[in-house]
Amino acid sequence: MEKESYSRRSFLNKLWVALGVVAFAEVVAVAISFFKPQKAEPAADELDAIVIAGAVDSFEPGTVSAFVQGKFYLARLDDGGFLAMSRNCTHLSCSVPWISKENKFICPCHSSEFDIKGEVINPPAPRALDLYPVAIENNILSVDTSKPRRRSVFEPNQVVYVKKT
Amino acid sequence: MNNPHGHRTYFRSFLLHFRPRNVPERTLRLSLTWGLGGTALVLVFLLIATGLMLKFVYEPFPDRAYESVLYLNSNVPFGQLIRNIHWLSANGLVLVVFLHLLRVFYTGAFTRPRQLNWIIGLAAFAAVVLSNYTGYLLPWDQVSYWAITISTSMLDYLPGVGTNLKEWVLGGSEPGPGTLVNFYAIHTAILPALLLIALPFHFWRIRKAKGLVIPRSMDEDPDTQGELVDTMPHLIVREVAMAVLVLAVILVVAMLFNAPLTDQANPGLSPNPTKAPWYFVGIQELLMHFHPVFAVLVIPLTLFIGLLSIPYLKYDTDSSGVWFVSQKGRGLALLAVAVAIAGTVAGVLLDEQVFVNGVIGSPDMVSTGLLPFAIILGFCTGFYFLLKKGFKASNNEAVQALFTLLTTAFVVLTVIGIWFRGTGMQLMWAG
Ligand code: HEM
Ligand code: FES
Repeated sequence: MEKESYSRRSFLNKLWVALGVVAFAEVVAVAISFFKPQKAEPAADELDAIVIAGAVDSFEPGTVSAFVQGKFYLARLDDGGFLAMSRNCTHLSCSVPWISKENKFICPCHSSEFDIKGEVINPPAPRALDLYPVAIENNILSVDTSKPRRRSVFEPNQVVYVKKT
Repeated sequence: MNNPHGHRTYFRSFLLHFRPRNVPERTLRLSLTWGLGGTALVLVFLLIATGLMLKFVYEPFPDRAYESVLYLNSNVPFGQLIRNIHWLSANGLVLVVFLHLLRVFYTGAFTRPRQLNWIIGLAAFAAVVLSNYTGYLLPWDQVSYWAITISTSMLDYLPGVGTNLKEWVLGGSEPGPGTLVNFYAIHTAILPALLLIALPFHFWRIRKAKGLVIPRSMDEDPDTQGELVDTMPHLIVREVAMAVLVLAVILVVAMLFNAPLTDQANPGLSPNPTKAPWYFVGIQELLMHFHPVFAVLVIPLTLFIGLLSIPYLKYDTDSSGVWFVSQKGRGLALLAVAVAIAGTVAGVLLDEQVFVNGVIGSPDMVSTGLLPFAIILGFCTGFYFLLKKGFKASNNEAVQALFTLLTTAFVVLTVIGIWFRGTGMQLMWAG
């Protein structure tokens, strides 16, 4: 009899503790979800994300043009192909300027260097500059800036060419 | 009301309410505390007072923040002065708390019954540094924007959780409105609350330990007490004098120099060079030599765990209250300073001149992380054995020398980062 009421009591105690833990976990979960980045309206985002860069012919081979709005660089390689690259250094995200005199990107923060294809030519940057997808339609270039694509090195199939007709 | 003194008694009993009636005369000496803990407390009060005022003007939105600071500086009566005091107290607090930690360490005031108080102190220190870091973003000028960009990008290197953690801290994928709101809430509510909980705890532990550690010369017995004097006036007068001095210095400096404010944040243009705030420059210098995971996680975490463990290590003698443990302890600490200066400078130069193109060519975890970390660990272990075997040091002396070695190395890294790095973060001589 004595024993039974004891074990019942200890069971109830444990139940209280368990309920307390659950309640606490819920509070923590709510607090954490508060911190989650708010998602902006996706529809508006996607429309803004497509940047019309201009006509193919307006870019000389071997040049790099900066697009301040879309936060990217459009490089036209010597063979006429295009690459759209993020301006953020792959080391720690500083904004990398194109130094046309030296024909390379030089990061002001910890002096990483990248060539015109975004390939690392001087560390500490660990990866080539991120890419944005490029589309060419009726000789007009458009760049989808919604999400940068990571790559470790430059590969020829990343370059976009005008389709021969 | 048969009390002849009236309100004076009330005032006294209020001040004494959380103080002991008397204190050991020796603990009043300036050469024990240097007034550092008290100075820190005054600065905390100043920060809270000026911070509450700033809250009435500052607007935590990327398109408003910078303007609201400009408005504060030019249109609000005494606005610039209040901002200067806040800035000065915040930066001063980091320095003062660091010096306070050093004094507590070198007087051996961390052993029983003060073990827990060392830990509470470290928590307060962490809150102070994080407050400075989160406050740095708020003006939304060039240095704040890029400091936050760089420091949060480091999280990307953490395997697995890194990118999620970064977006969580930033409230988005790059610094923006979410970041500012997060940092503002942490800076103006969470951290001050933590500090206001930690500090009364800190002071209560001092009372539980029956006051501060009692300073004594090297040959005096650990149980030396000395005479007791009344808290009022002996302690209170000293405290008030120190507080007034601190207030005066802060006020004068705040009137002479303005807190820095650079151009408004421009996400398209990183300033050259982009340096961290001075208290993080040591870590930034590590970043120039180590893989980010080691520079910002493994090494600082190891050091912090080392700091936490200090009160719980085994010591051969009770050296509490004795500056630098012993005569030999003093010598070995000086040796550690010399070794740390030479070793750190040599290490930085060697890494820059010799290895930069060879080893760092592949920024992977092994060659720029594990390997140099292991070398440094081996170096410290070697130094420890030299102390124990070569110099026959006691545990107290060896731990003190090792602490001195690492602290000096950190200070040297900070000095290199502040004064010897210029455009493109290249090493250069002076300026
Ligand atoms: C905001 C930060 C802090 C404030 C406001 C503060 C304040 C104080 C004050 C007023 C004292 C009285 C005596 C003195 O001035 O030395 C004290 C003592 C002490 N503090 Fe702190 N402190 C802070 C941070 C720290 C840190 C970072 C540590 C170490 C990790 C620490 C460890 C101690 C210890 C162990 C004592 C007792 C010393 C003794 O008995 O002689 N405190 N603190
Ligand atoms: S951010 Fe570009 S080199 Fe560090």
